[in-house]
Amino acid sequence: MSSNSQKKGFGATIWDYMTTVDHKKIAILYLISGGFFFLVGGVEAMMIRIQLMKAGNDFLSAGTYNEVLTMHGTTMIFLAAMPILLAFMNAVSPLQIGARDVAFPFLNSLGFWLFFFGGVFLNLSWFLGGAPDAGWTNYASLALASEGHGIDFYSLGLTISGFGTLIAGINFLVTIINMRAPGMTYMRMPLFTWTTFVASALILLAFPPLTVGIFFMVFDRLFGANFFDVTMGGNTIIWEHFFWIFGHPEVYILILPAFGIFSEIFAIFSRKRLFGYTALVFATILIGFYGFMVWAHHMFTVGLGPTANAVFALATMIIAVPTGIKIFNWLLTIWGGNISFTVPMIYAVAFIPSFVAGGVTGVMQAIAPLDYQLHDSYFIVAHFHYVIVGGVVLAILAGTHLYWPKMFGTMLSEKLGKWTFWFFFIGFHLTFFIQHFLGLMGMPRRVYTFGADQGWDLFNAISSAGALLMAIGVIILLVNVVMTVVKGERVGNDPWGDGRTLEWAIPSPPPFYNFAQTPLVRGLDPYWIEKMEGNKEGMVYAEPLGDIHMPNGSFIPFVISLGMFIAAFGAMYHMDGHVWALPVLIGGLAITFGSMLVRSLKDDLGFHISKEELIADNERIQREARALEGGKKGGLK
Amino acid sequence: MMKGPKKWRLFALMTALLVFLSGCGREEISTLIPAGKVAQDQFNLLILSSIVMLFVIVVVTIIYVLAIVKFRRSKVGEDMIPEQVEGSARLEFIWTAIPIVLLLILAVPTVYSTFDLADVTAMDAQDEDGAAENLTVNVTGKLYWWEFEYPEQEIRTAQELVVPTGERVYFNLIAADVKHSFWIPSVGGKLDVNPENVNTFYLEFDKESSELEEGVYFGKCAELCGPSHALMDFKVKTLNREDFDAWVAAMQEEQAAPTETVAQEGQQIFEQSCIACHATNAAGAATGVGPNLATFGDRTTIAGFMEHDEETLKNWIADPQQYKPGNLMPNPEEINNGEPFSDQELDALAAYLMGLKVEE
Repeated sequence: MSSNSQKKGFGATIWDYMTTVDHKKIAILYLISGGFFFLVGGVEAMMIRIQLMKAGNDFLSAGTYNEVLTMHGTTMIFLAAMPILLAFMNAVSPLQIGARDVAFPFLNSLGFWLFFFGGVFLNLSWFLGGAPDAGWTNYASLALASEGHGIDFYSLGLTISGFGTLIAGINFLVTIINMRAPGMTYMRMPLFTWTTFVASALILLAFPPLTVGIFFMVFDRLFGANFFDVTMGGNTIIWEHFFWIFGHPEVYILILPAFGIFSEIFAIFSRKRLFGYTALVFATILIGFYGFMVWAHHMFTVGLGPTANAVFALATMIIAVPTGIKIFNWLLTIWGGNISFTVPMIYAVAFIPSFVAGGVTGVMQAIAPLDYQLHDSYFIVAHFHYVIVGGVVLAILAGTHLYWPKMFGTMLSEKLGKWTFWFFFIGFHLTFFIQHFLGLMGMPRRVYTFGADQGWDLFNAISSAGALLMAIGVIILLVNVVMTVVKGERVGNDPWGDGRTLEWAIPSPPPFYNFAQTPLVRGLDPYWIEKMEGNKEGMVYAEPLGDIHMPNGSFIPFVISLGMFIAAFGAMYHMDGHVWALPVLIGGLAITFGSMLVRSLKDDLGFHISKEELIADNERIQREARALEGGKKGGLK
Repeated sequence: MMKGPKKWRLFALMTALLVFLSGCGREEISTLIPAGKVAQDQFNLLILSSIVMLFVIVVVTIIYVLAIVKFRRSKVGEDMIPEQVEGSARLEFIWTAIPIVLLLILAVPTVYSTFDLADVTAMDAQDEDGAAENLTVNVTGKLYWWEFEYPEQEIRTAQELVVPTGERVYFNLIAADVKHSFWIPSVGGKLDVNPENVNTFYLEFDKESSELEEGVYFGKCAELCGPSHALMDFKVKTLNREDFDAWVAAMQEEQAAPTETVAQEGQQIFEQSCIACHATNAAGAATGVGPNLATFGDRTTIAGFMEHDEETLKNWIADPQQYKPGNLMPNPEEINNGEPFSDQELDALAAYLMGLKVEE
C-alpha cells in the first residue's frame, strides 16, 4: 500500500487521493485546496487594495467591487482558514493522542469532498453570471434585493461545504473522546488536541444556526418564501441573529486551533513544558463557552435597545480575561526557557504583540457606545484583520513550517521562511495598523471608492503598499514550497530536535497505520518524558505487536458530494424556468442518495495488516532511518 | 555602544507620533474632532479605553521583550535543558484579577453611557400649547439618498440635513428599501436604518457648520446597501436657532417662480419629465420617489457627493448611472419621449434647478 507510493504513476496517485480515507492524506487534500483558496482570496484582497490605493480609482466598478469584497471574506473564512486548520487537525491530532486514524475515516473523506465541492460551486459564480455581492455577512434585505444568482451560489455553496465542516467537527469530537491511547487522559492531551476538541464542539453547535439561516434564505430566494421579506411580514434582523450566533463562535473556531498551534510551538522551541497547562485548558474551554454569549456585540447599532446592548457589552468584556490568561501563560512558558528562533517560533513570537493589539481593540469595541462610532468603519476592518491575520494566518504559516516535515517528510527552507516572515509581518502591520485611524477619521468599510476631500488619501496609499509586501511574502512561500518538493531531502522522526508530543516519536511522514504498537502515555508531553529518561526508541508500548485492522479506501464520498454539487445547479436554475433544471436537481439527489444506499447495503469490513508485514515494514523504516543518519550527520540542529 | 540603535528608536517613535498627530482627519468627518455631546462622550470613552489598553500593552511588552532577549539559545547555551515548571497559582490569580479590575473601570461608564445615549424619553415632550419642545427629524434611507422630514414643521428636504445648534435633535430612522446606517462621524455614532422598524436616537450639534472649511459636516451610509453604497453621502448644515427658524419659515413658503427665461424653459421641461418623482416644494406632504429639490440651489453637492456646479449637474441628468451605479433615477430617454435631453434642454434644466433656493 502506501509504503510503495513512490513507485506509483501519476494517475494512480490521483486515484489514491480521491478514494483515500487516511487522515494524513485527507490532511494533505485539505492543505492543498485550502492553500489554493487562500491564494484566490489573496488575489481578491489585492484587487481591493489596488482599487482603494487612491481616491476615485476606477480599477474595479462599483458592482464588481462588492463581489470581490464578498468573495474575499467568504473565501478566506470558509474556504481557506478553516480547511487549512482542518488540515493540521487531521494531520496531527490523531497522532498526538496515539490513534491509528480518526473515528470515522469514511466520514472524514466525505467531509473533505463536501467542503471541496461547496467551495468550487461558490467560486464558479465568477464564471456563471456574477459572484455574491452582499458581503460575507449576507444581510438579508440586501441579499434578497441582489439580482442574478450570486447569492444563490453563496447560500447553496455554503450549505454544501457547511455539511462537510459539521461532519469534520463531529468526527474529531468522537475521535478525541474515544480513540486516545492508554494513559492519554484528558489532562495529558497536548494543547493542540484540546483546541481541536473545543473548536469541534463549537462547530457542532454553531453551524446549525447558519444552516437554518441559509435555508430560510434559499427558500426566500428560490421558492418564494417570505422569512426575510419585510413587505410580507418577514424580518431581516432574524438573519442577523442567526448569522452572528454562528458568526461569533466561528471566530473562535478559527482562533482556538491557532492558539493550539502556538502553544505547541512555544513549548517545543523554548524546550519547556507549557506554563500553566491547566489554566490554558480551562481558558480554552471558557473562551469556547463565552463565544456563544456575545453574538449581539456585532449588532450594537441595530437598535436592540440599551438593556441588550449593555448586557452584551459586559459579556463581551469578560472574554478578555481567559484570553489574557493565555497570553501571560505563553509569556511565562518562554520565560526561563531556551529559545530557538526557528521560523515557526518567529511566527509565534510575532503573534503575541499582533494578537494583543487585535485583542485590545476588541475590548474597545465591546464598549457599546464607543462601538457606535467604530462599527462598520475601517476600525473594525483593522480589528478583525489583526485578530484573523495576526492570529489565525500567522498560526497557519507557523503550522505549515512546523508540521511540513511531519506531513511530507521534508523540511521547508528556514532561510526563505524568514524572508516570507519579514515581508508578511511588516506588510501586515503596514496594511492594517493605519486602518484603525482611517476608521476613526470617519471612513466606512465596504466602500468601493472614496472622495479626495476627506483626508484619507495618504493612509489608504500606505495600506495598499503594505498589502503588496504581504503578497511578496506569500510568493516567496510558494517558491519555498516548490523548491522543497523538488529537492525532496528526507528528515527523521523529530526534525526540530525538541519535539514533545507523540507525533514526533514516529517517522516523518508516518506509516499509514501510524503506530505499529499503540503507545503507552506516561504523562504530559509523553515523547519528551521518554527522551529525558533516555528511551532510545522514544516510546513505550501499551500492546504487543499484532495484526492491525484498517479501513478500505472508498470512492463513495466523492460521488455523494458530486451528487449534491450537481443538484445545487438544478435547484438554482429551476427558478429561471429551465426545463432541464428539475431533472438535474432530481438526478443529483439520486446520485447522492443512491451512493449512500450503496454504502449502507454493501458491507466493507476493511482489511488486516499482518504482524509479519508490520515487522517487515518496520525493518524498512529502520533501514531508511539509518541511511538518513549516515547521509547527513549534524545537518539540522 | 548602544547610542546608535537608541537614537534610531527615538527617531522611529517621533515619526510614529507625527503620523498620529497629523492623523486626526478632517473636522467635517473625523470622530477624533468631536462636534457634539454624543461624539464627545464617545471620544472620551475612546481615550479612557485607549489608556487602559495602553497599560495592558506596556505590561505585556515589558515581559515579552525581557523574555525573548534573556532566554535566547545563544545566551543560555545550546544544550541547556530548562526546568520544566508546571505553573503558579499565585501568578494565575494575579493575571485573572487585574484584568477584571481593568474591565470594571471600563464597564461602569459603558453601562452609564449606553443608557444615556439611548434616552429618548423627552422626544414627545410638549409645552402648554401642545407644540413639541424638541425638534424631531424623520430620516428615510433610500437607494442611494436620504430624505429628511420635519413632521412638526411640515417640511421636508433631502440630501442636506439642516439642524439647529445647541439643543437635542431627535431622529426617527427607517429604510424604504434595504438596510442602511445613518452616521455623522464628527457629531455622533451611527444607528442602523432598518426596513422593518423605526430606530430612534438623539444628537447634539455644538458648532455652526459655516465655520467649517467645507461649510457642512459629512454624513455617511455605514451599511453595505448595494453598488453605490460608497456614494450614499449626505451633508449636515448646522445653524443657530434664529437662522434655523428663518430657514424653516422660508421652507414653509411657496417657491417663487423663476424670472429668467432659460430657467422658465427649464421649469417647463421639469414639469413634463421630472415632477412625477421630484417635488420642488418643501411644504409638500407626500414622501417622494426621488429627492425633494426645494433647496437644490442651496446645496453643496450634486447627488450627495459631486461638485455643485451646472456642468456636473448636466452630466448627472444626462447619465445618472455612470456616476451612481444602480441608483433608481431614470435615464433621460425614459422620461423624455425616448430622446436624450438636448444641450439646450440640459442648460435650461440646470438653470432652473440651481435657482431653487430658500436661503439667501
